[in-house]
Amino acid sequence: MSRKGRNFETQQMEVGKTTGAILTAVLAVLSLTFLFPIILVLMNSFKSKLFISDAPFQLPKAGTYVGLTNYVEGIRKTGLFPAFGRSLFITVASVAVIILFTSMTAWFLTRVKSVFTNILYYVFVFAMIVPFQMVMFTMSKTANDLYLNSMYGLVLLYLGFGAGQAVFLFCGFVKAIPLEIEEAAMIDGCSPVQTYFHVVFPMLRPTAVTVAILNAMWIWNDYLLPSLILPQEKGTIPMVIQNLKGGYGSIDMGAMMAMLVLAIFPIIVFYLSCQKYIIKGVAAGAVKG
Amino acid sequence: MQKSMKRYFPIFVLPTLAAFTVAFLYPFIIGIYLSFTEFTTVKDASWVGISNYKKIFMDRNFINALIFTVKFTIVSVVSINTLGFLLAYVLTRGIKGTNLFRTVFFMPNLIGGIVLGYVWQLLLNGILARFGVTLSFSAKYGFWGLVILMNWQLIGYMMIIYIAGLQNVPGEMIEAARIDGATRFQILKQIMIPMVMPSFTICLFLTLTNSFKLFDQNLALTAGGPGRQTSMLALDIYSTFYGRVGWEGVGQAKATVFFLMVAVISLTQLTLTRRKEVEN
Repeated sequence: MSRKGRNFETQQMEVGKTTGAILTAVLAVLSLTFLFPIILVLMNSFKSKLFISDAPFQLPKAGTYVGLTNYVEGIRKTGLFPAFGRSLFITVASVAVIILFTSMTAWFLTRVKSVFTNILYYVFVFAMIVPFQMVMFTMSKTANDLYLNSMYGLVLLYLGFGAGQAVFLFCGFVKAIPLEIEEAAMIDGCSPVQTYFHVVFPMLRPTAVTVAILNAMWIWNDYLLPSLILPQEKGTIPMVIQNLKGGYGSIDMGAMMAMLVLAIFPIIVFYLSCQKYIIKGVAAGAVKG
Repeated sequence: MQKSMKRYFPIFVLPTLAAFTVAFLYPFIIGIYLSFTEFTTVKDASWVGISNYKKIFMDRNFINALIFTVKFTIVSVVSINTLGFLLAYVLTRGIKGTNLFRTVFFMPNLIGGIVLGYVWQLLLNGILARFGVTLSFSAKYGFWGLVILMNWQLIGYMMIIYIAGLQNVPGEMIEAARIDGATRFQILKQIMIPMVMPSFTICLFLTLTNSFKLFDQNLALTAGGPGRQTSMLALDIYSTFYGRVGWEGVGQAKATVFFLMVAVISLTQLTLTRRKEVEN
């Protein structure tokens, strides 16, 4: 891929120097426009809540600057740090469980050919196009009956919801692995479980990274499912942000700005530290449905 | 190998299948049944035939949400894909700062819908304040606000997929065309766009389904206001379930209709654009 990329950039339609400089300038302005909303929130997070809605574009100055008041107040009001811990646990545990179990399922479904495995595969694929609203009400009642109203229950539900896409992606990859390697392992006396963990799973790593990234992005930011499952006072980050909006639509704008900054900050740090994998994973996950 | 593996079904498939059944399969099947009943807690369901479905189409909120969603989806899909492709095209020309730009344009996609909704509420209300109004003043503002937000979030995502597609166009093919005297525009139209059709298929699928199913951004940016005028389908179904006692059955029927629409739209789109793909 990288070779192809270079090939593409050196041989093909490169633009001239002047055009290149103009394009760079245009894109630089566009980049700033892209960043502007986030900068605006950051700037307002240091202003008194009374001066945010009315004049969001004014820089904080003597009369409006309040230091870290909004942060202190917001954290106290929302319990953002425990929410951060919960979001982190739910995301990491769900992604780990999804990768482990759906890759095993995908291998089984691809290798064992029967009417049943075939049907099962299509049921998983089918689940990908069903919108959440279709199962929202019945699922939350079922979860309630089974005592799944906790972080741990939520991990199980994410495995169920993530299964469709993850099985689909893993199956696509397993099909491309030559059967001979696994057969050799089995002839040498490996059980299917050993074969899977020693031989197959290591080969699935690129797809596992893609599945991990797509699911982490979804689960970390998901609002609706946790809001239906978890008690209001033990929410995730998106729930905490949404709950800041009080009854009748009144919002403490100061706390809101500060909490938005704290919600966005870890995402940006994470993104910048492994953007290579994220961008590659997203591109690789975009296989035809 | 198959035979020895079959016995391992409980280890390999059962955990996934159990979670899948609890989270999706069982609720899905029960959901279809419940759409023909009247209920408040699932267990007290009584059969009412298709009366829930009849109610849907007399519900002005639902019709309004449907029209709003369709308009929103059309505008978003066209604008996001045009701009995403344009950026991908420019960012594969080997200009300075390509990597930095790519990083910045993709970033909004990682921020969740609820957070994005409130970020844009601040910005858009700030601009509208100069004209003495807010987002909740008119459905028009809410509509365009959502379109802008959606573009901001998804352009970078689509750009990444288009870039991957453009980089797979074989260099020799373009070289050959250029030697034959093709112009830049001809190369784009005759070679690049046809070769990028698989990326186009997936981008269209992603933007179409994400726009049609939009919920978080809608809830955070406008919450459907003014009144219910900017409620999209997903939000309307949510309000029917949780905001209107005795209408759970209608909510489930709405959800079923919603599911059928998403299925028909995405399958039609996949078949149509697939047909245009060239073998490579």
